[in-house]
Amino acid sequence: MAESQVNVSERADGKPLLSIRHLHKEFDGKVILKDFSLDVKKGEVIVIIGPSGCGKSTLLRCTNALEDIQGGEILIEGQPIRKDAKNASQMRQKIGMVFQSYDLFPHKSIMENILLAPLKVQKRKREEAGKEALELLDRVGLADRKDDYPRQLSGGQKQRIAIVRALIMHPEILLLDEITAALDPEMVHEVLEVVLGLARSGSTMLIVTHEMAFAKAIANRVIFMEKGEVVEESSDPKAFFERPETERGREFLRSFEY
Amino acid sequence: MQSLGLDVLFKGTNFLRLLEGLWVSVRISLISVVISILLGLVAGVLMTSKNIVLKAAFRVYLEIVRIMPQMVLLFIVYFGTTRVFGWNLDAEASAVIVFVFWGVAEMGDLVRGALISIPKIQYESAEALGLTKQQTYLYVILPQTVRRLIPLSINLVTRMIKTTSLVLMIGIVEVLKVGQQIIEANRRTSPNAAFGVFAVVFLLYFLICWPVSRLAGYLEKRWAA
Repeated sequence: MAESQVNVSERADGKPLLSIRHLHKEFDGKVILKDFSLDVKKGEVIVIIGPSGCGKSTLLRCTNALEDIQGGEILIEGQPIRKDAKNASQMRQKIGMVFQSYDLFPHKSIMENILLAPLKVQKRKREEAGKEALELLDRVGLADRKDDYPRQLSGGQKQRIAIVRALIMHPEILLLDEITAALDPEMVHEVLEVVLGLARSGSTMLIVTHEMAFAKAIANRVIFMEKGEVVEESSDPKAFFERPETERGREFLRSFEY
Repeated sequence: MQSLGLDVLFKGTNFLRLLEGLWVSVRISLISVVISILLGLVAGVLMTSKNIVLKAAFRVYLEIVRIMPQMVLLFIVYFGTTRVFGWNLDAEASAVIVFVFWGVAEMGDLVRGALISIPKIQYESAEALGLTKQQTYLYVILPQTVRRLIPLSINLVTRMIKTTSLVLMIGIVEVLKVGQQIIEANRRTSPNAAFGVFAVVFLLYFLICWPVSRLAGYLEKRWAA
């Protein structure tokens, strides 16, 4: 995948789309994120890596207001997003999130899964949204499965549907939380191809992953986290993956070698 | 056929009377079941609340219902309230009150169980799509809850139908009571009627409960995810 290196930095126009400032998050007194700050510009693809438990998934969950935060703020296009805020549902429409376990709605067909939010949240017309859903399904190669139910699909297919379900809302930014971690190895590729396609078409993404080759291919910027803090940040992913500057970064990358 | 005592069924309007009795049983169960399901849904949602007082109250309620025999409850409501509070409840209303008291507790517990069995991530992925809390419940959580609930609640419904036979103890002439009356009236001419009539009553209960129970099996299969 290294050949398909994506370069979108020239698309970034300077203003941060997502701005995380001095975020502090703890669970029952245990600190998960310490004074974490990050700006994401439009069109940027940022990959966050780090050992499990380092707070990277929690960071995404806070960004989508699925977790309450104990300090700092998270701004989308300059507007704060917070769990339990009145406008949480509106703010979340600017953010698409895909989870590790895909979590389609089991009682709804693929098409109904995709159309639920556009019809009920955005109040779009079924005809128009349905047309877009078909286009998106076609893009991920699953148009023929539109009337199937989630249980009839493989993990990789379900994950591609989950991506479509997020995309149809036209989010400003996509949060991908270890979306291939629960998949069988042969299905990882089909999902990552879809994400790579999105990066090429200019989607802004914040990605948590353990797929290092993928991270290297897709990232404009890499953030290596440990224990709730940024250890190393690099806007030259190639250089980072070949020669991390920090000892901990080197150790972490070495753990992926056999 | 003489020996089975089925002949009395064809005397006069006996069979028709049995069916009328059956209708009384079905009517009491139907009213109780409908109210129990509606209130049970509310109770179930409340049971998942984190409020300690509410939780404790439902716990006590559920335990009372489980421990107390329905017949004792029937006696308290029908005879007891008349004496103490001077309420003059008619027997059928008392029966419905008792069955609803029982049904709401059990139904609520089933709803609670179904609700907590929906994974947290289902709520989260709905909310991540921008659905409000109400929309999440309406379109994502409740449909899945209902699918899990229906087979279980149908089981409760058949139990309630069967248990309505207790109401003869407070003077309601339902199917079993009619059966007894027919047997009594024909004690001399058809001493074996006890077998035939009760067997028919058994069959009538079966004919009511069996389709209901089949429906549960069918839905369970259809919705298996």
